[in-house]
Amino acid sequence: MTLSQEPRTEPQGSTGDNAGGARGVAQGRGLFDREILLQALNGSFKKLDPRIQVRNPVMFVVLIGTIITFIESISHPSIFSWSVTVWLFLTVMFANFAEAVAEGRGKAQADALRRLRSDTDARIVKDDGTEARIQASQLRQGDCVVCEAGDVIPSDGEIIEGVASVDESAITGESAPVIRESGGDRSAVTGGTKVLSDRIMVRITAEPGHTFLDRMIKLVEGASRQKTPNEIALTILLAALTIVFLPVVVVLEPFGHFAGTSVSVVVLIALLVCLIPTTIGALLSAIGIAGMDRLVQRNVLAMSGRAVEAAGDVQTLLLDKTGTITLGNRMASSFYPVPGHTEAEVADTAQLSSLADETPEGRSIVVLAKERFDLRGREVGDDHAFVPFTAQTRMSGLDIDGHRIRKGASDSVKRWVQEQGGSIPNELDEIVARVSRAGSTPLVVADGPEIIGVIELKDVVKQGIRERFDDMRAMGIRTVMITGDNPLTAAAIAQEAGVDDFLAEATPEAKMDLIKAEQQGGKLVAMTGDGTNDAPALAQADVGVAMNTGTNAAKEAGNMVDLDSNPTKLIDIVQIGKELLITRGALTTFSIANDVAKYFAIVPALFVASYPQLKVLNIMKLHSPQSAVLSAVIFNALVIIALIPLALKGVKFRPQGATSILRRNVLLYGVGGVIVPFVFIKLIDLILTATGAF
Amino acid sequence: MGFFWTVVALVVFLGLSWRFLGAYLVSIYEGRTKWLGFVERPIYKLIGVDPEVEQSWQRYAISVVAYSAVAILFTYLMLRLQGSLPLNPNHLGAVSPALSWNTAVSFVTNTNWQAYAGETTMSYLSQMAVLAVQNFTSASVGIAVAVALIRGFSRKNSTTIGNFWVDLVRGVIYLLLPIALVASVIFMAQGAVQTLGGAVHVHDVLNGFKQIIPRGPVASQEVIKQLGTNGGGFFNANGASPFENPTGLTNFLSIGLLLAIPVALTYTFGKMIGSLRQGVTILAVMAVLFFSWVGIGTVAEHQANPAVAKAGLVHQASGNMVGKEVRFGDTSSALYNVASTQTSTGSVDSASDSYTPMGGFALLTGMMLGEISPGGVGSGLYTMLLFAIITVFIGGLMVGRTPEYLGKKIQAKEVKLAALGILVMPITVLVLTGIAVAIHAGRVGVANGGPHGFSEILYAFTSAANNNGSAFAGLSVNTTFYNVTTGVAMLVGRFAIIIPVLALSGVLAAKGLVPESSGTLRTDKALFAGLLVGVILIVGGLTFFPAVSLGPVVEQLSNGRFF
Amino acid sequence: MLINLRRALVASLLFLALLGFGYPLVEVGIGQAAFSATANGSLTPYGSTLIGQRWLGPRWFQGRPDSDNPMASGGSNLGPRSEQLVKSTKSQITALEKMGIAPTSDLVTSSGSGVDPDISPRSAFAQVDAVAKARGLAPATVRALVVSQIHLAQFGFLGSSYVNVLTLNISLSRLQ
Repeated sequence: MTLSQEPRTEPQGSTGDNAGGARGVAQGRGLFDREILLQALNGSFKKLDPRIQVRNPVMFVVLIGTIITFIESISHPSIFSWSVTVWLFLTVMFANFAEAVAEGRGKAQADALRRLRSDTDARIVKDDGTEARIQASQLRQGDCVVCEAGDVIPSDGEIIEGVASVDESAITGESAPVIRESGGDRSAVTGGTKVLSDRIMVRITAEPGHTFLDRMIKLVEGASRQKTPNEIALTILLAALTIVFLPVVVVLEPFGHFAGTSVSVVVLIALLVCLIPTTIGALLSAIGIAGMDRLVQRNVLAMSGRAVEAAGDVQTLLLDKTGTITLGNRMASSFYPVPGHTEAEVADTAQLSSLADETPEGRSIVVLAKERFDLRGREVGDDHAFVPFTAQTRMSGLDIDGHRIRKGASDSVKRWVQEQGGSIPNELDEIVARVSRAGSTPLVVADGPEIIGVIELKDVVKQGIRERFDDMRAMGIRTVMITGDNPLTAAAIAQEAGVDDFLAEATPEAKMDLIKAEQQGGKLVAMTGDGTNDAPALAQADVGVAMNTGTNAAKEAGNMVDLDSNPTKLIDIVQIGKELLITRGALTTFSIANDVAKYFAIVPALFVASYPQLKVLNIMKLHSPQSAVLSAVIFNALVIIALIPLALKGVKFRPQGATSILRRNVLLYGVGGVIVPFVFIKLIDLILTATGAF
Repeated sequence: MGFFWTVVALVVFLGLSWRFLGAYLVSIYEGRTKWLGFVERPIYKLIGVDPEVEQSWQRYAISVVAYSAVAILFTYLMLRLQGSLPLNPNHLGAVSPALSWNTAVSFVTNTNWQAYAGETTMSYLSQMAVLAVQNFTSASVGIAVAVALIRGFSRKNSTTIGNFWVDLVRGVIYLLLPIALVASVIFMAQGAVQTLGGAVHVHDVLNGFKQIIPRGPVASQEVIKQLGTNGGGFFNANGASPFENPTGLTNFLSIGLLLAIPVALTYTFGKMIGSLRQGVTILAVMAVLFFSWVGIGTVAEHQANPAVAKAGLVHQASGNMVGKEVRFGDTSSALYNVASTQTSTGSVDSASDSYTPMGGFALLTGMMLGEISPGGVGSGLYTMLLFAIITVFIGGLMVGRTPEYLGKKIQAKEVKLAALGILVMPITVLVLTGIAVAIHAGRVGVANGGPHGFSEILYAFTSAANNNGSAFAGLSVNTTFYNVTTGVAMLVGRFAIIIPVLALSGVLAAKGLVPESSGTLRTDKALFAGLLVGVILIVGGLTFFPAVSLGPVVEQLSNGRFF
Repeated sequence: MLINLRRALVASLLFLALLGFGYPLVEVGIGQAAFSATANGSLTPYGSTLIGQRWLGPRWFQGRPDSDNPMASGGSNLGPRSEQLVKSTKSQITALEKMGIAPTSDLVTSSGSGVDPDISPRSAFAQVDAVAKARGLAPATVRALVVSQIHLAQFGFLGSSYVNVLTLNISLSRLQ
């Protein structure tokens, strides 16, 4: 356990739904931005290309049907057949439009990103040490470049020399500059970001065209979008339904003939289009694109739709304690004197030791001492030497007026005191153990060879996190806290935060083993990580979310990157994955349920000529056979437009057990899907009747 | 009141069968039942299989197909050669090629569609040694496939799904044969004939009336036709014939026997996958559908026959008695026929063609649901599980998880196979009906005019493709056209489902198990059962709504119109 | 595949022996030994009690209007909206009324087997007066005979009550 961790540079996002308040290129646009709509309108026509249409079997059938009714309308023109033709065409267009709108949002973001990729010059350092200017696009992997204040970093790379503050707002939207330095886990820089100060030497790690920025553009544009496993399964089901409705409709011709009616081709095609699952067929790809887009809106880049889907299936979440479950920084909460000293003495010494300590923990000690004992923070003059924290000493402190004041991990301070010939009070170990057990971190304070007492640094569990974990449990997701803390401390925090399990004294290997064990049991695992040593685990996890502040290795290994570097977002990602699946399921159910009403509209209309008694089935009391058929077709087309917002926003996920979610959605989209079309087909029929044409 | 107690007795009978026969089935197919080892072992030796060696799904499927192909060929040849074979006291000649093909396919696919009249077409040898044998083995094949699918669910990371030959043999000797041996005795005691003596000539001196009364080894065939949900009767009148089904008791037992194994298999399913609740859920879905249709059928048949009313007898206290036997009465007859159409049995104790429009609707649509409530032996369960997979897929999406059923992830492959298995039936029925009503050869056999004629054709293909075998028997089906087309429908309806089911079993067996959590869609709850019922009704409704509208629905609505 | 075809062939032959001969012949043996009356067709000197006959003239109780040809068993298969069924039922009603019998539903409809040996007690009672008149018997005697011939539903609830026409007519013939 280290005494004092380096300050984290990433923002501490809230755990709420709108995590990542700051937005970069992924700047949210309104659902129906005017510009996007106009472009989508244009795109709808481009998508009429049969080569594009054939990828969606359901809509392809509609297109073929439209062509047939079109030919039929030319050879036997009537208001009815032309109306059907127009509405069938609109059905195809609405589907195209839905997809184009979904894509349009991504395109707009991609354009913004592309502007960043302006072809800057790079100062390449040759093997002989001389510099030359070349185009950034000519940089190969392994080249070294120099960047100084004001330069845009030409491509992705690792800092091999120097420290610099970098403005990454172009990509993350976070305006505060971050520190990047050679060595360690913060050496990665991203092409397109800007050096604000100092000078760094960067070794390029990406081939041209394969930089993080390039990938990001492709992703938000949906250019590399492939159908996800679940989407494929659903497409198969929809295709099967489409195939079965073909004979259902085609045989009505001989059936009708047998009954003494001749059924018009236009009506049959109208029926076919109404029956096949056009609603979900039209919106399916829009739902997928929108799911990715919703992640982008939250500053998360998913490398594949498969990862988003997997997120919905996750059964085990590995969450880093720090930053996810607890606030990144521990806060001083109590002072415990050893016998012979008072609490006030501990506070005084502790404050002294922390005066020059700018870490949040250090500051919290100063503040606590002031609050408890009204000890003012004193100015540190030139005669006081600040002893900074190092990995070797694991202590920090101050040399003042001959006093050597130190605070640090119990072992280190004890050793330091003993080295000076001081003695260790018997009670110290007990105090240290008690503090640890409570889930806090004990810091021992010493003044020279004399131990004064213990500072309790408390991990502060984020507000609302417990409720969040309760939700997770209701959703059937097990949460596991990963921490470097000892088991005692970990258990106490796990208890307070309400996680299901914890992995204490976690090493990358232990983390990896845990993931494998969970997967062995058939579970899907999600985790976040940022360090290079997280990379294998990130790759192993089904959903690995790399922090943008992390190393390139981590970003390569994960299948998502969180630009805000906010580990809490994992929970949001799971929700988005679920919403994606639920939206598909809900609209499929709705689409199929709609067919019931359409049958009641069209079947009586088809055969009422030979069997007038079938008008009993016309329970909507539609005006005429023609108005009935047309009403169903119009409803079928309009419902696509009406559901675009739902497809793009997604059905809201409520963290509940599966049964209550199912009950709700079955009622809403199943039962609702049966009822709604009855109402609207009747309404459309009334309007059509009012026109007098039918 | 009598009918109420009949239903109560049936429920008790089936409850016992569910619990005890179901448990017995588990031990048969898990290889623990061994009391006939001395019969079993030599059979394996002769067939040339090692009972310990299991098969992949492909080998299992090849074995099913090979056995069925040989059985069809064997049956075909025996029927063609009938005239030259023994045990033919009434000297019947060879069966025609088209009819032999149709009958061979029919019995091997567990359909038992009969395009012939047994008393004047089939010799005793053909009845007992050719057709009744298939009653046993086609039933055993169906159960074997269902058990193979159950193994697919219950195993993980497995490459095999059992050994077809072992499942086939065990189903016959441990399950079907012992029950048939005992039940036949009850049927004989009640009046079913069982003799090798030929027809008797009767001259009633009281009345001067002469009759030739055909007889034969009837009881033994009657029992297995019910138990194996085959349905092929000895006589043309099937279960209405007093020699097949002489009393109220045999009528009740017939219903009990045809439901016994399909119902028990839900227990077997639950036990073998380690969750009885899952089996109960499936049973509940079957029961809801079954009793709904029994309700429609019995209420409909308790109504007056419209034509008889029109003829002057308006008040028909005993319901629609056209085509029904007095000893059974209207409701018990309807119960028999509904049970038989819902189990892919297809035996009848009354003439379905003469049912009231809604009674006919109950029989026809009962089959259109896919023979799953509870369906044929084995076939009912495996088809139901296909529906469950589709339901889980849609339902699972709605809870935001890649759907899983019984711990198995339902992905593209599973959906593809399940959809294929479910949709091949309606497509076959509709396409063949469409062809039949369009051409002369199809229309010429119709006995009734108007929408009922359409119903007869629709019923024929629905029955064939669902491997049911019952008929609106007015339709003359012993023609080349119907013999060939219904034969195709029966083959498709059997093997285009069995093969996807076995493939599904293989795919599932190879998968790992996903542990259940509270985010998993519970498939052992009323909500899921309701959803499953909904999916079954929606799939059946959406595919057959227009066709049914033109048949029974129009008939029902044709108040006062006769054709 | 080839090995499976061989297995299928052997299995078919084994099943032929076991199920095609063994099983039915065992049942024939049991039937002939233990239930020879029923297993041979419930025959009486006048015919089988399980196979209906046509009874000619008003001196006999009439059965259902079936073809009564067991070599061609089966129902009329006329549908519920069949014009032909209306016609045939009408003529049956007329015929019954001519004989002085009030039509009942089983007396005007044909059965499913085409050889239904039974009628409902109601149908038997409906014929009592006509038969008594034709035979010159007291209606009460005939009625008592019918009552004695009623088979109630088995165990009180399985199936329906019925009267077997052959046994009724046999006992009727013995009244004189």
